[in-house]
Amino acid sequence: MKYLDDYRDPALARGLARAIAAEVRPDRTYRLMEFCGGHTHAIVNQGLAHLLPDAVRLIHGPGCPVCVLPVGRLDMALALVRDHPEVILCTYGDMMRVPASGGETLQKARAAGADVRMVYSTLDALALARAHPDRPVVFLAIGFETTTPPTALLLTQARDAGLPNLSVFCNHVLTPPAIGAILGGAGEAKPLDGIIGPAHVSTVIGSEAYRAGAARFGVPVVIAGFEPLDILRAVLMLIRQINDGRAEVETEYTRAVRPDGNPKARALMEEVFILRASFEWRGLGALPDSALAIRDDFAAWDAERRFAMPPLTGRENPACECGSVLMGALDPRDCRLFGRGCTPERPQGACMVSAEGACAAAWTQGPSPSHAHAARSREDA
Amino acid sequence: MPIRPFPPLDLTHGRVEMAHGAGGRAMAHLIQQVFVTALGGEALAAGDDFARVTVPPGRLVMSTDGHVVTPRVFPGGDIGSLAVHGTVNDVAMSGARVLHLTAGFIVEEGFPLAELVAIAESMGRAAREAGVGIVAGDTKVVERGGCDGVFITTAGVGVLTDDRLDIAGDLARPGDVLLLSGTVGDHGIAILSKREGLAFETPILSDSAALNGLVAAMVAAVPEIRVLRDPTRGGVAATLNEIADQSGVGMLVREAAVPVRPAVRGACELLGLDPLTVANEGKLIAICPPDRAEALLTVMQAHPLGRDAAIIGAVLADPDRVVQLETALGGRRVIDWLAGEQLPRIC
Repeated sequence: MKYLDDYRDPALARGLARAIAAEVRPDRTYRLMEFCGGHTHAIVNQGLAHLLPDAVRLIHGPGCPVCVLPVGRLDMALALVRDHPEVILCTYGDMMRVPASGGETLQKARAAGADVRMVYSTLDALALARAHPDRPVVFLAIGFETTTPPTALLLTQARDAGLPNLSVFCNHVLTPPAIGAILGGAGEAKPLDGIIGPAHVSTVIGSEAYRAGAARFGVPVVIAGFEPLDILRAVLMLIRQINDGRAEVETEYTRAVRPDGNPKARALMEEVFILRASFEWRGLGALPDSALAIRDDFAAWDAERRFAMPPLTGRENPACECGSVLMGALDPRDCRLFGRGCTPERPQGACMVSAEGACAAAWTQGPSPSHAHAARSREDA
Repeated sequence: MPIRPFPPLDLTHGRVEMAHGAGGRAMAHLIQQVFVTALGGEALAAGDDFARVTVPPGRLVMSTDGHVVTPRVFPGGDIGSLAVHGTVNDVAMSGARVLHLTAGFIVEEGFPLAELVAIAESMGRAAREAGVGIVAGDTKVVERGGCDGVFITTAGVGVLTDDRLDIAGDLARPGDVLLLSGTVGDHGIAILSKREGLAFETPILSDSAALNGLVAAMVAAVPEIRVLRDPTRGGVAATLNEIADQSGVGMLVREAAVPVRPAVRGACELLGLDPLTVANEGKLIAICPPDRAEALLTVMQAHPLGRDAAIIGAVLADPDRVVQLETALGGRRVIDWLAGEQLPRIC
């Protein structure tokens, strides 16, 4: 508990906020993106935007696993449980409410009779497979490099135990290509002044993984922990870099992140997964070398092969602007659906589902509470 | 009183059979040997399909609550005690004196009689501790798979004898003060720890408790109380939003003032939950005029179930009815309703 208190000390936070205010130059703004949904959640939960000067804009990035999963992949999971009623599909909680084509969700599929279960970890999936040896258990795997090693471990456990009824529908994606897509997607104009690098992802891939991107696009990256003081310190470090005209990779989260990350976890990922040539991201489009597939050695535990799952192209709500929101190009509050039928309770797009999503964050946050109020009133009307 | 002696059921190894709900002799045996024995009371023992009770003059208050919690036994309580506390608290939140409960059981075929006895005994104990009688009941048995073990619905009646009391969710006014009777999130985390097999250094007990005694002390000292509500499913977040909606007001809560046990806070961190959205079964939120807040706090803290009571915020004028949190760091955010499913079947 002391850990939590120390990194949330209000007096230290105020001190950092003062230091940031003193460092900010009056003639410019600082557009900083926190890539990771964990940071988005922490920023909103602690109300950090209210501690920062107006010149510092925090832009919520695409690092929310359920947000970047394209609708077609979710459609594939829904088709699987529809065509194979014997399947037990298990996945992390947030996936249950993400709208697929036509507003279908795993939650609705479950209500209609499909066996869809929420799990907290891959160990739960393993336990399910052992508890139901007569039924196929499919783990719908999503997420960045943080959730990838546990999935890799699950696959090696399934192989070592010779578990025939377990398989993985793999949708793991990689962080550095997504950062590159955001920084390179705006042509000549620099869309961002700095990036708060992800915490847990970086413990796995290491700080070196961002060096090429930072140099290529001339944008500084500071890897931060998830506690409020971590984030404020990272903002200060970014502003100093920007003022100095530097574009380096720095680590604020030194207590957990090493330059080469976690070699054991990386080796495990290497053993189990192989790069996909291309993968569709919601909002960012098809990105080369940006996602992982299961290696041939593990084909027996690959749900896509075992069930011959046909690829599907989804249909999103045409008014949903999750794509632009994920690129940091549109403030969620400026989406036509924000508060007009799209709320955390009735999400139309993925960014409104998870507490890590940019739209749900904006709904909870402000920073202009009047904005949220107006939306709330619309929702009730 | 029973007119003839009943041959004993095998309460150690026996199981509930369809016949126990069929209206025949077997059902009479079950009612007598399990429920009448454990729950006691003249009205129940009389064997009528109704209970006739004398009610003091005043306004009658009624409520009903179904209980499907899983697991049925959890740290700090079980489905039996919860079924009593849930309905006692719902009636008590009107400020009324809680008088009587009724209980309806839906039992799955094959359910162990020993567990049914334990649940009934727990209900009897909880009711006696709360000073209320269980005066009527019903038992249905459904075929195996027709329900999950046992579901219990209780109904309660109470009476408001003090004409000054006017307590309801639409009576919060700007300037009023928000009080909370103790730590939040204990029940939800206790259930979760048992269900997910999470082990904590300090076991977290459910706060399941009957709040009618605390409420009686509160309304006697501060009859000006405007709103009372127990923040069960959806936690403090849902309850404050409900009241804000009903009363057409906003609220501001100070995070630093909300009591949370260190173990609950740690578990919430670990699981990514907000303690404000986690369920409670023995806490209440009170709203009263500002000049009565200190007096109310003193009364609450003097009661064993309100020892950790605190003033947590205030009611604001806000046509948009937004409930806001001032974070420990001095930032702000909205406290919204819990969306979707955090944890089904917690009560």
